[in-house]
Formats: sequence, C-alpha cells, structure tokens
Amino acid sequence: MRLGGKESTPDYSYAGWFAMLFAAGMGIGLMFFGVLEPAYYFATPWGDEPLGTVRPFAEDGALIEANVEEARRMALAATSYHWALHPWAIYAVVALALALFTYNKGLPLTIRSAFYPIFGDRVWGWWGHVIDTLAVFATLFGLATSLGFGAQQANAGMNYVYGLPNTTTVQVILIVAITAIALISVLRGLDGGVKVLSEINMGLALLLLLFVLFAAGAASILTEFGKGLVAYAREVVPLSTPFGREDDGYRQDWTAFYWAWWISWSPFVGMFIARVSRGRTVREFITCVLIIPSLVCILWMAVFGGAAINDMIANPDTSAVKANVIDAYAPELSLFAMLESLPLAAITSTIGVILVVVFFVTSSDSGSLVIDTITAGGKVDAPVPQRVFWCTFEGLVAIALLIGGGLGALQAMVISTGLPFTIVLLLICYAIIRGLMSEPR
Amino acid sequence: MYTHIMIPVDLAHADRLDRALKTGADIARLYGAKVTYVGVTGVQPSKVAHTPEEYARKLSEFARGQASAYGIEAGSKPITAHDPAVEIDHMLVDTADEIGADLIVAGTHDPHAFDWPSHGGKLASHAHVSVLLVRGH
Repeated sequence: MRLGGKESTPDYSYAGWFAMLFAAGMGIGLMFFGVLEPAYYFATPWGDEPLGTVRPFAEDGALIEANVEEARRMALAATSYHWALHPWAIYAVVALALALFTYNKGLPLTIRSAFYPIFGDRVWGWWGHVIDTLAVFATLFGLATSLGFGAQQANAGMNYVYGLPNTTTVQVILIVAITAIALISVLRGLDGGVKVLSEINMGLALLLLLFVLFAAGAASILTEFGKGLVAYAREVVPLSTPFGREDDGYRQDWTAFYWAWWISWSPFVGMFIARVSRGRTVREFITCVLIIPSLVCILWMAVFGGAAINDMIANPDTSAVKANVIDAYAPELSLFAMLESLPLAAITSTIGVILVVVFFVTSSDSGSLVIDTITAGGKVDAPVPQRVFWCTFEGLVAIALLIGGGLGALQAMVISTGLPFTIVLLLICYAIIRGLMSEPR
Repeated sequence: MYTHIMIPVDLAHADRLDRALKTGADIARLYGAKVTYVGVTGVQPSKVAHTPEEYARKLSEFARGQASAYGIEAGSKPITAHDPAVEIDHMLVDTADEIGADLIVAGTHDPHAFDWPSHGGKLASHAHVSVLLVRGH
C-alpha cells in the first residue's frame, strides 16, 4: 500500500525526509530537554522521581554509589517514555490519515479531510471549518508561544555563554531575526528553503551529537544507550499505567504536559509530515515516522543526558549541570552547563546557540506553510503574500506576548487544546482503518 | 521568425486566458510555429486534478482542444512542483530552455496598487527568450 498510488515514487530522499520530520516537530525540544530531563529525573530532590525510584544524592549532597545505577536507568527510561514511541505515534496517526486521504483518496490537504469517513460531505460545511480553524489556532499560537519562550531561552543561553544582557530588547531582536530567516525560507519554498535549512540543522545536530558522544566517552555512553533501550522496554508499561503509583509530580507535571503538548502540535507536525511523505509505502512510513525517530530520540537522550549524568556523578560538588538543574532550577541553561563540562565548550556552545535558533526557524517556516495551506482550504499554491502574512504574524504575536505578558497563559491554553484533540485523534484512528480498508488490494 | 512558442497556462483559470491563448495561436499560425502549453501543478489534489497524472491528461486534452480550435500544431508539458507557489517562476524559465521555445506568450492580470512581484514580471526578467505578456481584457 503506497501513499499516492502504486505507481508513485517518493518525493524526497531519506535524508531530506528525515531532516524535515525532525526539524519541524521535535528538534527544538531535543535541544531544550536533552540534558534537562534525564538530569532532572536522575537527581530530583523534589519527590517527583519517576515510579518513586531511588535518589543518587543524599540530603547533604553526598553521592550514594549504590543508588546511581538504578537512578540512571530509570532517568533514561522515564525520558524515553516521553520522547520515543508515544509522541511519534501521535504524529504518525495524524500524518498517515492526512497522507492517505490526500494522496490516495484525492481530498484536499487539510485537517478536515481526515474526518471524511466519519462526517462524509459535511466536512465541507461548518464542521470542517471548525476543525480547520481550531488546527490553525493551535498551530499559530503554539508556534508563537514557543517562539516567545524560545527567544527567552536563547537569550539566557547567550547571556550564560557570551555575557549578552538578558533583556526584552535582545529577545525581541531574536524573534525578529528568527522570523526574518523563516520568511526567507518560506519565500524560497519547500525545497529551496525549508528542506535546505532542515538538512543544515540535522547535519549540525549530528556533529554535536557525535562530539558529545566521543568527548563524554563513547563506550560508556553507548552501553548506557543499550541499557536505556532495555529499561524503556521494561518500564514503558509501568510508566503508562495510572494505578499503584505515588509519583504524582512526575506523572502530572511531566507526562501529562508532554502528552498534551505532542497532541496540540500534532495537526501541524502531522500535516507537514503528510506533505513530504508522498510515494512512501505505509510500512515504510510507519518504520520511518515511528520506529527510527524513536530510536534516534532515545540515542539523543542517552548521549546528552548520559554526558550530563556522568558529570554529576564525577563532580557532584562542582558540576554546572547539577548547579543549574538541581541546586537551582534554570532549565534553559542545562544544555550549556553540560557542554561546559566537555572540551571546546566555547565552540560547542556556539553551535548549541545556532542550533536552538535554527530549530526555531525550521519549526516556524514549516508551521507557516501548514497554516498557509489550511487557510487556503488545502491549496498548496496559494499566493505568496499569504505565507508572508502568516510567517510575519506569528513573529508579531510572539513579540506582543513577550512585551505585554501572557506567554505562559496562552501556552497553557494551547496545551489544553490537547484534551479535546485526544478525542479527535481517536476518531482519526478509526478514519484511517476505514480508509485503508476501502483501498483496492 | 518564431518556430516554437511556449504558452504557460493555469488550468484553474483557463477561462481568463482567452486573449493570451488567441494571441499565442495567431502568432503561431503567422510563423507556422509549434505551440507547447505548459502547466505547473503540485502533487496534492487541487481544484483541477486529484493527481499529477490526472493533471497531465487534462493539460494534454486542453492542448488538443487548442490545436483543433486554432488549427495549429500543439503539445503539452506538465510540470510537477513540491511547492508550486514559489517554484513556478524558475520552473517556467527552465522549461522554456529545455523545450527550446523561442517565444513565451503569457496572460497577466491588470496591475493594481498592491502588486506582489508578478509571475509574468519575473518570467520577463529571467527568461532567455522574448516574452509577450498579454492583459486579460
């Protein structure tokens, strides 16, 4: 079963396709949480240890050797739980539905098309308008709030690394710069802009990954990766059940947040994945959108989190990671704190800042294209000024929220759209089954 | 004078291209030139066609219709783009080179106050052969 019919061929090579999958929906999260989350779970003193696992540090900050192995295992399992199969399954469901109904059933590339098996021709009426409008708002405000917070994070990073002042002015300049690059990217189009930037980004991210892997000791980290996979497989079910647990802090503050976040981003990321996935078979699609990204995410977390945990174990008193994640909670500095523990920190931190900025650009540009397409009713050749408008508007909303306040409130609102969208996702699963069953064998 | 004329057409708005089509066909008859109708489409379903293959069929039918209406020799060349809105301009320029056209006749709309740099304008700036832009009224 091939998306686009038996005769179609893939629009993009594996490299270009993968780069775009990651850059649109997850890249920025990997930069922000790659160090933070494993380090946090490993040593959290606030009682939100995943599944109530042991603590590696005593009250007085002394290392308890006997607990390290178990705390480390659980930290990676608990992080992978949020970044592997679950998010990619959510993205894959939306993307597969849209790709199936667009390329095989000939419906327009817009969110409402996924509901055709359920609502029939009513999707062209106000039911469909409501679905598409919600998707546009979720995408626009999700991107704008991320852009606002992203500017604050990038600013904090630059403050830490270069001593640049941490002010609203610098943050507004960052948003303007990110929006300007995104604008150039959407004006150059999917192939000339979005794809090129995504590939540059993935190349840089891969370099940074390899550097951290070797600088922090490849053998030990790869062993941790192996252990992490096993731990993930063992703990994924206990982590998924709500019963018999006392780790409310983990389950409610982290897991619930992630699920809502992935779900509220799924219309955008799913639709973007669908747009670039024509010509792939469904089997290939599931392997490449679900299995491989999950493995890559676990590897990423094992490397970045592993390096951070190594540093915390080796230097419990002087570790910058411990100082910025556990002793004082400054999440936006966690990545740079970890890089500081490795050689060539000045260079790698600069690459880190560039990656944070460019991952925002690649989310912003693909998001603008998605909004552009949905608001044109599934047309991909809407006039160019329309995409310029959406891209610019996104930046303006971010600036308004940053100066006027309300980033947190609006992000909470966007994330809370995750709840109604969960029901929508279940309907989409049903629609996929109906759609696949009606395909000619 | 001219041996091969390229006429870019937007099948979704073919009804507004009458003057350009007629101008192109008249020049073709005058010089005994061949005409190639070129259309750019995305891979996603559109108003015109559900698939690129269907688009190609429709463009070919369109070319046949023009050939019999004006008594000219005509062919068609569909182009598939990942992002037609921005790729169309350079794709048309490249296609003119590729098929060896020596004149491009394209329909354009009237200029108005808030014009984005137009497809016709870009074509005229970048094409290596003469471009005749024909207003729609």
